[in-house]
Amino acid sequence: MAESSLIQIKGIRDGLLVTLGEAAWPVAQRALLERIEAQPEFFKGARLSLDVGAQALRTAELTALRDQLSERGITLWAVVSTSPVTETTAQLLGLATRLFKPSPSREAPSRTSSRAFPVAKGIDDETALWVGKTLRSGTRIEFDGHVVVLGDVNPGAEIIAGGSIIVWGRLRGFVHAGARGNRQAVICALDLAPTQLRVADEIAVPPRRHGKPQPEMVRLKDGLLQAEPWPGSEK
Amino acid sequence: MTGTVVTVTSGKGGVGKTTAVANIAVALASEGKKVVCIDGDIGLRNLDVIMGLENRIVYDIVDVVEGRCRTRQAMIRDKRLPELFLIPAAQTRDKNAVSPSDMVRLCDELRAEMDWILIDSPAGIERGFRNAVAPADRVLIVTNPEMSAVRDADRVIGLLEAEEKPAPSLIINRLNPNMVRRGDMLSVDDVYDLLRIDVIGIVPEDENVIVASNRGMPLALDGKSKAGQAFRNIARRLNGEQVPFIDLESTSLWDRLVKLAGRK
Repeated sequence: MAESSLIQIKGIRDGLLVTLGEAAWPVAQRALLERIEAQPEFFKGARLSLDVGAQALRTAELTALRDQLSERGITLWAVVSTSPVTETTAQLLGLATRLFKPSPSREAPSRTSSRAFPVAKGIDDETALWVGKTLRSGTRIEFDGHVVVLGDVNPGAEIIAGGSIIVWGRLRGFVHAGARGNRQAVICALDLAPTQLRVADEIAVPPRRHGKPQPEMVRLKDGLLQAEPWPGSEK
Repeated sequence: MTGTVVTVTSGKGGVGKTTAVANIAVALASEGKKVVCIDGDIGLRNLDVIMGLENRIVYDIVDVVEGRCRTRQAMIRDKRLPELFLIPAAQTRDKNAVSPSDMVRLCDELRAEMDWILIDSPAGIERGFRNAVAPADRVLIVTNPEMSAVRDADRVIGLLEAEEKPAPSLIINRLNPNMVRRGDMLSVDDVYDLLRIDVIGIVPEDENVIVASNRGMPLALDGKSKAGQAFRNIARRLNGEQVPFIDLESTSLWDRLVKLAGRK
């Protein structure tokens, strides 16, 4: 009885949304699987998104659950959590972490009016997400603060950051800095050759580089995205 | 005896996974190892065709998993190599007929009596792929020297990393040295530069591969072909031997002289 109240199931546009209540992870997971066993026909073939609240889940836990669901004919496609650990795990496993994708910058009415982005917070006091490895194709990192990558960002990988993006390596994927409208955000990389760059609502496809790679920084200058060698002349 | 489970996968289809499995299996078995290949491509099987064993299938992997036969009954013995076996895929079912834990159980059973268990993964990153990598001790990723195949290989490597699997090794298949020299094809260095994983084999493009798979006679049995040689080298490297890579880049005597001179 107590266990069934742990789980709330709701139909949403993308399938079923299961919200797990506060409980130790093994208990919550068992409760979910028991609920599914009780109505296998209802769940069969379902696309499931899971809201795990503040649970911090690592790869082993999330893959185990995904495989157990998969054996019951259920596809786990999204995991929503307030824990950054769980969010990163889910992103690395290729699961969605947002149910409704907000695209704030592109829907902003006018690119010249700075009122569209009311408070671009000072970027100094925000937190940064540390990614200590190469991001391979298909990985999507979304974070409200800055993102620092120690490694490469390969083609097919995406970073969407509220603040700036620093890549200590080769940047060849897609990056969007200042995704919530922060026009002060910058993008830095040791070797800057991305598929596409965005800062706030400005989009650029950098030209093919000739010659040796060098550290560069991209920022908005007079409304245009400009790359300059780093350290730059303005220093 | 504790066998090693090796899964061959790629992300992209048509890069030569099945050919690689058949040839590496043949090469390992001709060195006297006990080898079983498992076709993980349920619903689209073709490892049996490449190995020339299609007409001997009685039971398949789904029969084993669903308990209609013993594992031994589904293992088809090769025509030429008595220590080589194949567990074929079912053609009339789909990937959901088998689960990752079924694969782990099956491989644990096979480990006891085999040296090598090779799994041919289907293309894609969905259920069939997860079935194939679940029991893997080692993963070999096959790619071609072209951007789309490399991009998919990168994706697969990322998924394996996320699942905390052991680091995979790379087979670069269908390399055309002439095209590389002209700058029309990615070179081994270009591919390595992006993927950054250990390269275990470089297989040149060879039209004999197609002839061999149509005849159901894997190329690694053939002493002369360069592709066959490359697959035999992969098998030896799996066994822990240090084997130098075949020199594919320079074929003319003059090129080789230039290279030798440059080394000094």
